[in-house]
Amino acid sequence: MIPGLHHYLIVSALLFSLGLLGVVARRNLFVVYMGLELMLNAANLALVAFSRFHNNLNGQVMVFFIITVAAAEVAVGLALLVALYRKRQTADVEDLTTLKL
Amino acid sequence: MPQFTDLLFYALAGLTLLFGFLTVLNPLSRSPVTSAMFLVLTILSMAGLFVLLHAFFLAAVQILVYAGAVMVVFLFVIMLLDLKEDERRHFNQVAVGLGGLSALAIAGTLVAAVVKTVPAAAPAGRLAEGETKALGRLLFESHILPFEILSLLLLVATVGAILITKKDLR
Repeated sequence: MIPGLHHYLIVSALLFSLGLLGVVARRNLFVVYMGLELMLNAANLALVAFSRFHNNLNGQVMVFFIITVAAAEVAVGLALLVALYRKRQTADVEDLTTLKL
Repeated sequence: MPQFTDLLFYALAGLTLLFGFLTVLNPLSRSPVTSAMFLVLTILSMAGLFVLLHAFFLAAVQILVYAGAVMVVFLFVIMLLDLKEDERRHFNQVAVGLGGLSALAIAGTLVAAVVKTVPAAAPAGRLAEGETKALGRLLFESHILPFEILSLLLLVATVGAILITKKDLR
């Protein structure tokens, strides 16, 4: 079968669910963060596919913006993780129970 | 007779999903470094998909920014903190089971929605100039304000990251 818009969207959907699986199932904060990055990338793939099959470059401009914002987000997020590690000596979600009653 | 690019799509899509799976649930290793390495491979095969979609500039940006800058920062922080304890612990079976269930539910919903939808007919006519040239024009002519705001955001993120990681905030 010749790959069309559907194929790309299905790959994007599966990649998004893989990212979700990482966020829900893993306990290491870094791997959770990588799951978030996977989900962002899945959205990017869908946008580029729409942009290609609808002959509209606005999708690609949006992906460009998303990549830049994601880079800024990674910098701040990892800084937060470093600050957290300094205080608690852990990067495991199960050790972060301050809000638990 | 399938074309070479069609086969390339299936190969790259399979690789993207395989590496994506190995990023989140690697049966052989719990180490976040292994996950980061597989995330780099995922991003590289995704850049290949971008090339197949004729988004050449974005493929280059994806490799430079994601596989280059972002993943270097990731690996640097992981190695700076020297995380080891995650390798001792096992996967939480309940979390993996429920997470797999919710991921399957989302995947099923999205794929069913995609398969059921009939896409609108694409407007005819290709771009006259090169894709990258057209993208640059669009970026600097109609989207110049978001572009400038984005540069401000990067500055704020840089200052914020330095401020957050400072040892004493006095």
